[in-house]
Amino acid sequence: MSADRTPIEDADVCVIGAGPAGALVADRLADAGRRVVVLEAGPRFDPDDRFERSERAIRPAYDLPDVWDGDPERDAHVSSNEDWFYPLNHTRVKGVGGSTLHWQGMVMRLHEDDFDSASERGVGVDWPIDYADLQPYYAEAEREIGVAGADDNPFAPPREEPHPMPAFKPSYSDGLFAEACENVEVAMHSVPNARNSETYDGRSACSGYGTCQPVCPSVAKYDATVHVERAEEKGVTVIDRAPVQYLEHDADSITAAVYATPDGEHRQEADSFVIACGGVETPRLLLLSESEQYPNGLANSSGLVGKFFMDHLFAGMGGTLEEPTRQNHVGFLTSESHQFYDDADEEVGPFKLEFFNYAGPSPVESALGGDDWGDELLERLRREYGTHVGMGALVEQLPREDSYVTLDPDRTDDRGNPVPDVHWNVGERALRTLERANEIQREILEELGAEITWQVGPENTGPAYHHMGTTRMGDDPDESVVNARLRTHDLENCWIVGSSVFPTGGAMNPTLTIAALALRAAEHVDAEL
Amino acid sequence: MELTRRDAVAALATLGVGGAAALGARNWQRDDRSDVVDDELVRNTLVAAAEVVYPSDVSGTATFVETFLEGRLERDDHARGLRETTAEFNDVSEQWHGDEFPALSQADRDRMLREVGADTAEEIPDGTLAERVRYYVVNDLLLALYSSPTGGELVGIENPQGHPGGTDTYQRGPEA
Ligand SMILES: Cc1cc2nc3c(=O)[nH]c(=O)nc-3n(C[C@H](O)[C@H](O)[C@H](O)COP(=O)(O)OP(=O)(O)OC[C@H]3O[C@@H](n4cnc5c(N)ncnc54)[C@H](O)[C@@H]3O)c2cc1C
Ligand code: SF4
Repeated sequence: MSADRTPIEDADVCVIGAGPAGALVADRLADAGRRVVVLEAGPRFDPDDRFERSERAIRPAYDLPDVWDGDPERDAHVSSNEDWFYPLNHTRVKGVGGSTLHWQGMVMRLHEDDFDSASERGVGVDWPIDYADLQPYYAEAEREIGVAGADDNPFAPPREEPHPMPAFKPSYSDGLFAEACENVEVAMHSVPNARNSETYDGRSACSGYGTCQPVCPSVAKYDATVHVERAEEKGVTVIDRAPVQYLEHDADSITAAVYATPDGEHRQEADSFVIACGGVETPRLLLLSESEQYPNGLANSSGLVGKFFMDHLFAGMGGTLEEPTRQNHVGFLTSESHQFYDDADEEVGPFKLEFFNYAGPSPVESALGGDDWGDELLERLRREYGTHVGMGALVEQLPREDSYVTLDPDRTDDRGNPVPDVHWNVGERALRTLERANEIQREILEELGAEITWQVGPENTGPAYHHMGTTRMGDDPDESVVNARLRTHDLENCWIVGSSVFPTGGAMNPTLTIAALALRAAEHVDAEL
Repeated sequence: MELTRRDAVAALATLGVGGAAALGARNWQRDDRSDVVDDELVRNTLVAAAEVVYPSDVSGTATFVETFLEGRLERDDHARGLRETTAEFNDVSEQWHGDEFPALSQADRDRMLREVGADTAEEIPDGTLAERVRYYVVNDLLLALYSSPTGGELVGIENPQGHPGGTDTYQRGPEA
């Protein structure tokens, strides 16, 4: 680790972005003996500050982006669709480790039909690869990340081997739900977690801090600093606070990444470039790199860079029981149901159901936010805490022309670059799917005897913080930005890893698929060097 | 319910300050920062405020607050804000009630905290006096209490958010 932010000589590969996608590619290419440099826009965070960040997560004085030092000028953005506001800076972290510093850590594989949405469900597009192509990389990704899971999910796609660690045991409230679910014939099963149920890879087991999102003060929750550090031990150079401003190129290839640093601008040359900036900054960087050859943005002959922005939508419901429910001990989930996932068709999309372990207010947060103290406060906390239950769901939205990321010419960031405009739209099928998820949630909660006090559905839904679709993968250069190996159709040495390559989103949290694709792409990058 | 030194150490561990080894290193009588306020006054102010903002059936408050505070003062930025806020707060107390905050009766202390606006203010570390009293005094005390095991238990959660209480408690039923 050094403050030398000058470019390295004779780089084989320059990776842009140090989230899980970039970190895994860098680590793999280092294994293959390649000379790799990683340029990361954000800072390298001091691990000793994690407790302070976890305090920020609890205290009302701090907003979510403050937890990981978000900077409103550096991260300026626009959300031009007033009907579907997109809170971009709540949905990402800039820094070594990327958005996994903040994530929840649910890691599941997409289902087989997710790769064939057009042929199996009659909507969206098919991916140019199938589940079988990705299956071995999924297994590898689970080992790399360290996933605690069990083989008890009858709806999951085929597996070849057990998860690297046993699943976390069900919570007390899962047990309450189980009875109700049995009566209404909904099957529950465990959740694969990127979180250590036992010591794994030299990292300790989860000790139940319960602030998992946005900070795990221990190292029990995986984040991409694991692979950044591993890559550095193998000789990879990681330069932080080095936002790439644009990519210099000729007609067929990228020649250099021009990046800013606290002490001036530099040029990093390399034989190949891997863009791993997340689903918003990746298309933005390509659009910022426009030229005479590529007047609409680099690698954008298809005109699809930034198009088809997708996120998952959240549906939820909760209330109270007349008995204790033991919530907020831990900040992660132990049960889900994927029972309805593969019923998806043209009308209703895939969705998965979640059973919360942190329903209702957390007493600490509630104490800090009130205007009472002493006995009065304690009485309130006792009244508020204790009997809540809640359910969530993730719902697929389809890729749509009217949902996109573009540059806002009228607004610039701290370096004078046009900011990203996330113009988000979700469509009727997603709204119907939210309704369907709500229906089942209501059935379960009513069976449980809950008094329902809140609902998130079509009227008040929001994004799940997964940025997908903006440089989609496909075989036809007119219909996609990268090919099935994740190389851009236009440029022979430009690769893209991340959920921006997903042609459709399914309804599973994306990062395990991002990791699997990154491991697979690393082999292709290496092979073509 | 009795607050213990263990609770304070647990609360501190949660917030990543001190740890048992660093505690006890500070000598309360030493007054080497008299330019701002002596830490004796900081301590007495926090203990006096805790008697107001903590539930009445909590005992052991003074030791708990002292132990917690030792760790808090190790964090420079926080310590500076805390010392300045305490100094200002006691000045106002002198003006309004003719005495420093710790010397007031419990009812007057409650009134004083409300008069300064700390009950309705949002906590802001570099805000107005009301916002800072809320941040450094009221909420810091509440944070310490309710992220400690004993504080959590008062509410019915023995492994509160922010406390590394392991992965057994979430699986247990209420009778266990
Ligand atoms: C609150 C929250 C909860 C989440 N929970 C889950 C979950 O449970 N399961 C799941 O699967 N996913 C979850 N996610 C999503 C997950 O975090 C992302 O899918 C994942 O981090 C994406 O990886 P990435 O490497 O593609 O991008 P990122 O992790 O976003 O990393 C991209 C990196 O690139 C850098 N960068 C951007 N532009 C430039 C530039 N021009 N030059 C240099 N560097 C640049 C950024 O600073 C950043 O560090 C969650 C996200 C959030 C915010
Ligand atoms: S509960 Fe969450 S924050 Fe706590 S140790 Fe486990 S993973 Fe980390």
